[in-house]
Amino acid sequence: MDYLTILQILDSALRLATPLLFACLAGLFSERAGIFDIGLEGKMLIAAFFSAATAYSTGSVWLGMLAGVAASLVLSGIHGLASITFRGNQLISGVAINFLASGLTVLIGLSWFKLGGQTPALQGDARFQGIDLPFAEALSGVPVFGPLYSEVLSGHTFLVYIALLCVPLTWYVLFRTRFGLRLRAVGENPAAVDTAGISVVGLRYAAVAICGVLCGLAGAYLATGLGASFVKEMTAGRGYIALAALIFAKWRPWYALYATFLFGLLEAISNRYPSLDLGFITLPSQFMQALPYILTVVILAGFVGKATPPRAGGEPYVKER
Amino acid sequence: MEQLPKWADLIVVPLVGLILAFSLSMLMVFATGHDPMDALSLMVKGALGSTYGWGYTLYYATNFIFTGLAVAVAFHASLFNIGGEGQAAIGGLGVALVCLFIPWPHWTIALVAATAAAGLFGALWALIPAYLQAKRGSHIVITTIMFNFIAASLLNYVLVNKLRPKGSMDPATAKFPEPAHLPSLGDMLNAVGIPFAKGTPANVTLVVALVACIFVYYLIWRTRLGYQLRAFGKSQPAAVYAGINPVKITIITMMISGALAGLMAINNVMGEAERLILGSVEGAGFIGIAVALMGRSHPLGILFAALLFGALYQGGAELGLWTSIPRELVIVIQALVILFTGALDNMVRSMVAKVLVRPKRAEA
Repeated sequence: MDYLTILQILDSALRLATPLLFACLAGLFSERAGIFDIGLEGKMLIAAFFSAATAYSTGSVWLGMLAGVAASLVLSGIHGLASITFRGNQLISGVAINFLASGLTVLIGLSWFKLGGQTPALQGDARFQGIDLPFAEALSGVPVFGPLYSEVLSGHTFLVYIALLCVPLTWYVLFRTRFGLRLRAVGENPAAVDTAGISVVGLRYAAVAICGVLCGLAGAYLATGLGASFVKEMTAGRGYIALAALIFAKWRPWYALYATFLFGLLEAISNRYPSLDLGFITLPSQFMQALPYILTVVILAGFVGKATPPRAGGEPYVKER
Repeated sequence: MEQLPKWADLIVVPLVGLILAFSLSMLMVFATGHDPMDALSLMVKGALGSTYGWGYTLYYATNFIFTGLAVAVAFHASLFNIGGEGQAAIGGLGVALVCLFIPWPHWTIALVAATAAAGLFGALWALIPAYLQAKRGSHIVITTIMFNFIAASLLNYVLVNKLRPKGSMDPATAKFPEPAHLPSLGDMLNAVGIPFAKGTPANVTLVVALVACIFVYYLIWRTRLGYQLRAFGKSQPAAVYAGINPVKITIITMMISGALAGLMAINNVMGEAERLILGSVEGAGFIGIAVALMGRSHPLGILFAALLFGALYQGGAELGLWTSIPRELVIVIQALVILFTGALDNMVRSMVAKVLVRPKRAEA
């Protein structure tokens, strides 16, 4: 394996990690506020569909992105209604949302485009184009660092850089602002937040809405950045991998970046080497595909660093009467 | 919140949820430019209008009874087993191994052995998440989701690299030998003189499913274990105070739940496909969630809910065959049923309470 191959794998890992990172940060906001969200998958899927459909019919990827975010927000609203207002089971609501997205995208897609549930291929301005970072050409000649800069970091689409920017932003919002403090408090001890005169319901809805926006971006990236159309079930379990990454990251923004990049790297490696020969053992591709899930179970089991979720996670808040 | 009479809680609330789910789905059908009444009548006719339709409806219903019971048993102990999909897939592996590698003299013996293998494999696949929940406090929902994916990868590996017959490109096992084929419902009914369409997948496993319903009823409401399980589900501290071992109950409940999900494999793997294929569960593990919610975790309710969803699946397939409405419509209906009878249960309940409870107060 030469240097260029490694760079190509890293480059593809970054691309593949982007939707995971968006979704992982989405889950981070929601779960830090005490709302479990296993509906990340569904929100990504519906956002992918509406962003591709809108981008195709308007020819503008930006309108597509907005439509994707809006669709994801609608599902977030349902999740909020069920788990905050009506204090239902958050996990069941998430399951319902995943099915709703999976059914609706095919139903509407078939009715609009008659392509067996796909959208037509996106071209030109209906897709996100790669952005060359400054001096990428000029620096590519520099040994070691040059190719790293021009091959791996430069040339990605707008949303890849937004995703990376979201990591410090999330950290700042959660750990350096009043809103973030309150949001974290509502996931640990909502009663205390309520006593302080701050609306638990309002904060949780805000968290769920941020989650919706980020899932929308994840879906938009899948259909208009990584791919060039919507394909039936195109999220392919990424929402669950993001959930796994969230646990792997122990609900922390910077760790979320590392975890999603690791999972993106695993996917990139298994794409390139369907069966990985390590010399002493050959790992089948199926093992590589299962690895994120296996790692998550190991982490969850607490044998390698205990992952402690927010204390009030999954419990609806009932104000004392 | 107002207290509803028990009959309203058990029957009216799920029924209202179902009606809401159906109305919204039909609105969707209308919005995509089709006639909802046509669609509905085609679905009903396709699923229940002939013994051929019934043959498929009952086949799907058999799957859903098993996965519904699996979810329900765990629900009674306040555990959410979302891993029915993986447990059923691994149960299929158990069935395939038993049917392929042991020469059975007669299908009855093969059925008993396959039932044992399916249950055992399903239970073992639920064991690790159960242990992690009980001993290490890892959230069972997350671990069972992860185990669904691990099961899919494992099955993919086993089918492609180990069990695939030489020269075959299909990721599937060889056909099971003749003595391991189960008699279909059509053959059985025709033998006693009742006309029933041949060539439909419903088979003798339906009887096993009904037995499983009775078993679960006795387990939950007539045994000491069932009592402990329900007490644990109502209040863990109270159950522990009463001397119930939380680790033991969690593990046993999840293993029973996993075994029930695994049993589904005798229907779809042994009864229908007669070989193990990739993705044989086809989402039935998840439909179990809708069925258990709809049936209020009671075997009788689950039986009806499974029949309903069986009819929906067969009706949806007919819809996909004869109209341009895709069978994915069923997934939308299923999602809305889960939403209204599960997540938005309190909303539906308060709607029903408004209608039922208020007038009584006026009288008093």
